[in-house]
Amino acid sequence: MTTATPTRALMEGSEALVRAAILADCKFFAGYPMTPFTEVLEHFAALLPDVGGVCINAESELEAVGMAWGAVATGERAATGSTGQGIALMQESFSEATLAELPLVIFNMSRSQGDYFQATRGGGHGDYRHLVLAPQDVREGVRLVQLAFHLADKWRNPVMLYGDYLLAHTQEAVTVEKVDLPPLPPKDWGVDGTTSGTGRSRTVTSLGVAKPGARPFGQEGKAQYIATKMAYLEREVRSESGYCDDAETVIVAFGSPAKFVKYAIAQLRDEGLRVGYVRPITLWPFPTEAVHAAAQGARVVGSFEISSGQMVDDVRIAVAGAAPVEFIGGVSSDHSGFGLGRLLDVDEVRERIRALHEGRPQPPVPGYEEFAYEPLPHQLAATPEVTP
Amino acid sequence: MSTIPLGPVIDTSRAPASGARVVEPQLPQLLFTNTHHLCPGCGEPLAIRSLAEALEDLGLVHTAICALGIGCYTSFGGTVDVEIVQALHGRAPSLATGIKRMRPDATVFTLQGDGDMVNEGLQEVLHTAARGESVTCVLLNNGVFGETGGHMTATSVIGQRTKNTIDGRDAAYHGYPILIGDLIARLEGAAYVARGSVHNAGSVARTKKMLRRAFETQRNRAGFSFVEILTMCPTGWFIPTGEGPDYLSSTLGEVHLMGELKADGVIRTTEELHAENVRKAAELDAQLARGGIED
Repeated sequence: MTTATPTRALMEGSEALVRAAILADCKFFAGYPMTPFTEVLEHFAALLPDVGGVCINAESELEAVGMAWGAVATGERAATGSTGQGIALMQESFSEATLAELPLVIFNMSRSQGDYFQATRGGGHGDYRHLVLAPQDVREGVRLVQLAFHLADKWRNPVMLYGDYLLAHTQEAVTVEKVDLPPLPPKDWGVDGTTSGTGRSRTVTSLGVAKPGARPFGQEGKAQYIATKMAYLEREVRSESGYCDDAETVIVAFGSPAKFVKYAIAQLRDEGLRVGYVRPITLWPFPTEAVHAAAQGARVVGSFEISSGQMVDDVRIAVAGAAPVEFIGGVSSDHSGFGLGRLLDVDEVRERIRALHEGRPQPPVPGYEEFAYEPLPHQLAATPEVTP
Repeated sequence: MSTIPLGPVIDTSRAPASGARVVEPQLPQLLFTNTHHLCPGCGEPLAIRSLAEALEDLGLVHTAICALGIGCYTSFGGTVDVEIVQALHGRAPSLATGIKRMRPDATVFTLQGDGDMVNEGLQEVLHTAARGESVTCVLLNNGVFGETGGHMTATSVIGQRTKNTIDGRDAAYHGYPILIGDLIARLEGAAYVARGSVHNAGSVARTKKMLRRAFETQRNRAGFSFVEILTMCPTGWFIPTGEGPDYLSSTLGEVHLMGELKADGVIRTTEELHAENVRKAAELDAQLARGGIED
């Protein structure tokens, strides 16, 4: 078998993630090309047939997620993926798949961290959540991909892997090896046609419609059932903290940028600054307790994100007033809009953390002020009150 | 059209000698019940029974998996003894694709309405056909969104009154209906394409035959198969229950003509079916004028 790569090898992040998925017994993938996710699709297309799997180049993201939905419903491990707009098209299915209790895995190779809300707040209809895992690099990605398939099956719930341009495209020397995870019960709910006409045919549904003998949920019952299930999923929270015991300044960051933050903080520690970090590994559930604990002795908490500030909301909820929370990231992409821009530089990151620590204003985000919005005069005029 | 004297005529001018009785109590193996939750006069139960019987006739009962769309027929999810994967509105063909690719020995079909398949999910069914997926897509076409209370769909015919075409569908304002079977028949991956109906016993029998041919196509891995079934919706058409079958054949049925649109590699367009019907009718008229029908 060519797909197992037990030895350390230099490979693109996308390829390593795909090889990890195949190690986790993923048998089906469907996707639609879109930068920077495209290479994930390419590697699935190249590697899945070798293990008796199928990869379909779907006609749109709507169909990609639908195909993966059908494959997952048979009890096989299956996945889909995209980025930004493509993920937006898929979100109706993510929410419905949550109601249908489908262990769907989603490879989201985002264009920046501005899709944090999209990933963690849903975007689909209804009252649902899915687990979101955010690896900081390819090495961790290989392990989190396998965890994603495991958690999806464990909870029968969609799990999203939130990566980015760097994760998907960086060549790293990695060992793609199997992660030991406990066995799970057989998927006796998966369809194969054999129970049709037996009086106990299987149903995989998001609706409350039930056959004779099946639990008669009704729509409200189904919603209640899923809502109470979501509370259990919060047990899967994961994070990494460093230097927080005596930290006066705590930085929260996730994904590839968190690796830059960790490196900058190690440098600042060498200079004697009492700074620490919390890195959410699960974006949902958010590591509220870890962030709250780190904030207890801190003077200030900063959220570093490559966006206009989204996770900072979760940080504020977690800190709950224990310390002031400031956003120290910014919008920053490469000229194409697909990659991660000039802000993702250890010197830039270090100076932003230092400024926060020393109570100085944040340095300007490179390229940010140049394009700042200038309101028109009628927009600056107050809008009258209309509530009677 | 002329009146054609055919076969023995049942005298309905007086009560029958004995009451109605069930001659052969039958419940297809894939149905839990002979009852349904839909409106009186609905054609969908007839279509679904035909489908269940077709699968049974072919011995495919224990292989059936349905990717079920969203519409009135979704309620059959509780009354058919078929493995079901419930889809979002319009998305059943992609689900069927994923199921079939993982379970190639199963008989995988979709059950969708015209709103589901021809409005919301048009590209799904077209691409699934183009890929030649070995699945069967079944369309229940009543030319109206029945579940929302009678609104125009992409298959509503010109002049059809619906809640949002209150003066009738006007081509200049609302556009033209889509003849979905014709679109699909032109695609290389489609192996069998047919349009049936359930407005009378003859059409039900013919439709069941079409369903059998479609499932045989799938069993033989010959490519994509498609059966459209015209169904009555007196509630959504705002007509008395009993007028459903006649309304169907005189409005929808005149545009979405019954027949096989692609079989054994031969495509026949709806226009060709229409020309054929005109020719046959003229032939019958001529025979009648000559004094009777030759068998």
